[in-house]
Amino acid sequence: MTVSDLTHSSIDPVSPKINWARIDEADNFAETVKLYRQGKYDEASFRRFRLQHGAYGTRMTSDYAMVRVKLPAGEIYPKQFEKLSQLSEQYSIGSAHFSTRENIQLHWVILEDVSEIFRSLAEVGLTSREACGNSVRNVMCSPLSGVCCDEKFDSTPYALATAKFFLRNPMAQSLPRKFKFNFTCCEKHGMVRMVDVGLIPEIQQIDGSEQKGFKIFLGGGLGNKSFVGHQLEDFTPEEDLLYTSIAVMRIFDRLGDRKNLARNRMRYLVNDMGWEKFQNLVLKERAIVRATQSVVTRLKVDTTPNKIKRPLKISDETGGSAPDGYARWLKTNTIKQKQSDYRSVFITLEAGDITSNQLNALADIIREFSSEGMARTGFVQNVALRYVHEDDLISLYSKLIQSGLAKSGALTMTTPIGCSGTTSCNLALTNSHRLAKEIQRKFLELHLDEDEDLTDSSIKISGCPNSCGQHGIATIGFFGGGGRLGKDMYANYQMSLGGRFDGETMLGQTCLRVPAKRVIPVILKIIELFKENKKSDDTLKSWIHRIVNDSEDSAIKSINDIKKILEPLVVPPTKDDDPDFYLDYGSDTSYHTKTGKGECAA
Amino acid sequence: MCCLTQSVKITSDIDSVRSEIRDNSISVIDVRREGDYKQDHIPNSVNLPLATLLSDDSPENVLKLVNSMGIDNETPVVVYDDTFGALASRVAWTLEWIGHSNVTLLETTYSNWKSLGLEIDSKIPDISKKNHSMNLQSNILATSDYLESAKTRDDVILIDNRERLNYLEQHIPGAMSLPYRTLASGDKILRSKEDMKRLLDNRGISGDSEIITYCGSVGTLSGLAYYALKSAGLPNAKLYVRSFKEWKNLQKPTIKQEDANYWDLSAE
Repeated sequence: MTVSDLTHSSIDPVSPKINWARIDEADNFAETVKLYRQGKYDEASFRRFRLQHGAYGTRMTSDYAMVRVKLPAGEIYPKQFEKLSQLSEQYSIGSAHFSTRENIQLHWVILEDVSEIFRSLAEVGLTSREACGNSVRNVMCSPLSGVCCDEKFDSTPYALATAKFFLRNPMAQSLPRKFKFNFTCCEKHGMVRMVDVGLIPEIQQIDGSEQKGFKIFLGGGLGNKSFVGHQLEDFTPEEDLLYTSIAVMRIFDRLGDRKNLARNRMRYLVNDMGWEKFQNLVLKERAIVRATQSVVTRLKVDTTPNKIKRPLKISDETGGSAPDGYARWLKTNTIKQKQSDYRSVFITLEAGDITSNQLNALADIIREFSSEGMARTGFVQNVALRYVHEDDLISLYSKLIQSGLAKSGALTMTTPIGCSGTTSCNLALTNSHRLAKEIQRKFLELHLDEDEDLTDSSIKISGCPNSCGQHGIATIGFFGGGGRLGKDMYANYQMSLGGRFDGETMLGQTCLRVPAKRVIPVILKIIELFKENKKSDDTLKSWIHRIVNDSEDSAIKSINDIKKILEPLVVPPTKDDDPDFYLDYGSDTSYHTKTGKGECAA
Repeated sequence: MCCLTQSVKITSDIDSVRSEIRDNSISVIDVRREGDYKQDHIPNSVNLPLATLLSDDSPENVLKLVNSMGIDNETPVVVYDDTFGALASRVAWTLEWIGHSNVTLLETTYSNWKSLGLEIDSKIPDISKKNHSMNLQSNILATSDYLESAKTRDDVILIDNRERLNYLEQHIPGAMSLPYRTLASGDKILRSKEDMKRLLDNRGISGDSEIITYCGSVGTLSGLAYYALKSAGLPNAKLYVRSFKEWKNLQKPTIKQEDANYWDLSAE
C-alpha cells in the first residue's frame, strides 16, 4: 500500500451551492501585474483593473494591496474558513478582517501575490471580483434571514440570485460609482435605508392568494454626505425584483455624475433630481425594461430549503455544568429562532479581526454545532452560527472559550464598529480601529453588556469623514480628524448622537469634537447623564431619540445641553502636562495627519 | 557548482523513504528534541536535535556529528522534523555546507507521517562510526559582510522569510518579504515545483540572480526557503545563516514600513 491510498480528506455534510470563482482571472491578474510593473500599463487603467478584481490599495505604499473576499448573502462554509485561515498566514499578517458588508479582508498582501490568493479562493468557490471599484458590491442579506421571528419569508435565495445575476454582468462593469444591495429579514435587523437598493420581504394577498414581494428603498447611503433612502412603492412583486434592479441601475448608469468624484453615488442623483422625479423615472424605465427584453430575463431563485440536520455527537457532553460567564454570554450573544429548539449564536470579534487559528477553529465549530453546516457573516464585523440546538449551547460555549471566541456583548453596545483607519487605509486620519477595540475592552470590563438599558444602542467609528465605520447611523458616532493646541496636534473625533438604522432611520446630530484619549470618559459621562434623567422604561437609544427630536422634558432637552456638560471633559491639556494625550491609540510618536490618494472614486 | 546543479531532488517522497529504510540504503536524521525522539520516531532514524547542532556549528564539530551518525560521503541522507521542514532544512543545509552532496528533506512532517499510520519505532539503532571528508561549500553561505557588499549588486535578490508583521516592523533594506508559510502546500513542506515556480516568477525571482535568504535568528525558516528556491530550479541560492539577529546586533541599517498602525489590525 502506498501513501496516496491512505490520504484522506474530511467531507463536509454541506458544501457551497454556488461557485463564484473563475480560475482564469488569477492568471490574467498575474499577467497584468507584470505588465504594469514593466510600465506597459498606465497607473489609472491598472488601478481600475485591480479594483474590479477586489484588490484595494494600502496606506502609503504601492507594494501592498488589501484583498476583499465577497461572501454573497454572508454565507460561508467550513472549507472556506479553512482556506481563508491558510491564506491569512501565507500572504497576509496572520489575521483576517470581517467588514461591515459581509466581506472578509486580507490586508498587507504583496501585490504580486494577489493572483495566488485568487487561485486558492477558486478552490473553495470564492471570489473577490467586483468587491471594489465601480460595480455591484457584495450583495448583503441579514444574518437572521430564514430564522428571524418577524420575517415574512426568507430573502436569502433572492440575495444570492441577485448577486449571481450581476457578477461579471457587462451591465455592471463601469457604473458611475459603486452600487450596493442590502436584503434583510425585517425592519429591525436590516439596514435597508442606508444603501442604494434596500429590500424587505413582504407578502400581500392578491386575488385571494399570497403574493411574495418586497418593500424596496432607493437612494440611501452613508458617506461624506449621507442620505436616507426612499420607498419606491407600496409593494413590488417578486417578478418585478430584477426589472426594478435593472431599471434603477440603467438610470444611474445614464444620469449618474461621472465627473465629480465626490458626488457620484446614486444618492446624490436622487437628491439633486428630487425623489418624485427619480421615482417616476424608475417606474417608467421598469416598464421599458419589462417590455423590451429580447429574451425573457429572470432571476434564478433557488428556493430549495437547506437541509437542517443536527450534527451527530461522538461523545455526549450535555448535562455538564455551565462554565463561568455562560449566562452572560447566552443573554448578550444569542437569539431564539422561529424554528423551535434552535438559536442563532453571534460571535463578536474586536473590530472584526480574527486570527488564522480562530478561522480554523470556526470551521470545526460549524461542523460540530450548526445544523445547517455553514455560518453567516453579519452587519457589524461579526459571525453568526445558526441552527444551534438549545441542548448544545453549553458545549458550544466551552468550545468558543477554548478558541478565544466567547467574548460576550455581541448583540449590545459594547461591540463598536471601527473601520480599518490608519492600520491600512490611505484616507484615514486616526486609528479608529484600535479605538473601537479599546472601547470594547473597557466596556466589557465594566459589564456594560449586561445593562439592558444599553442593549439597543450602538457605537460606530470612522477614521475620516467617509463613513466606512457608519458613524452617521450610530446612537453615538465618531469620525476622525486632527485637533491642535498651539503647534501640537492630537487625534480628534467629531461626535454625533441619535443616529439609527431601523424603521425610523435617521442620521445622528453633530454634538462636539472629542479628543481620541477622551472618547471613553465622554461616552461614560453620557451614560451617567442618561441614568440620572431616564424614565422608567427608557433605553439610552430612546432617551437620545427624544432629545434629538426636541421632545424631551427632563433637565437635558437638547444636544446643546449635553454639549455644555461634556465641554470641560474635552479641553486639551498642554503637552507638558499630559504627553500621552498627543499620541493616537497604538502610536508612540507625536500625532500628525497624513493621507494618500483615496481609491473610492477610482 | 556541478554538484549543486545536479542535485535537483530536494524532497524525498514517503513511499521511497519507506522502501529505502527497509533496504537499509539510507540514513534518516530526526532533528526533534531528544525526549520526543525517544518516545517514537521513524524506524532506524538517528537523532540530531537542532539545539545540539546549533550549540557548536563549526565545520569541525559538524563533521564529528556526521561521522558519529554513521554517514560517509556516499550515504544518502533524509532529514525530517515536526516543524514544517524548517529545522530539517537547517540541518540538511549544514550537511551540504561541509560537503555532503546527497541530502534531501522528507516531504512531510513527522506528525503527518504518524497520522497516516505509517511505521514508527522507539528502538534506537546501533550506529557504527563512519569517516566523512571535509569539503566546505562556502558558496552556499552568506555572512553579514558578504551580504552587505552583495546587496549593492543589481543581480542579487534578498528574501526575508519571517512573518509579514515582523517584516513590516523591521527588515534589512532592499529585502522582499516571503513568509515561510507561503512555501508549503497542504501536507507537503514544499509546494509542487510548478506552483513554486509560478509564485517566485510572479515576484520576479527567476533566472540567474543570486538569491540570499534570511529569517529571525538561526537560519531555519530561511533554510526552508533555500530549499524552496532550489526545488523551483533556482540553484544560485545562499543562506544568511546568522540572519536578522546578528544583523541587528552588528547595528547594521534596518528599515520599517512607516505611517501605518498595522499591528492594531492583527487579532493576536
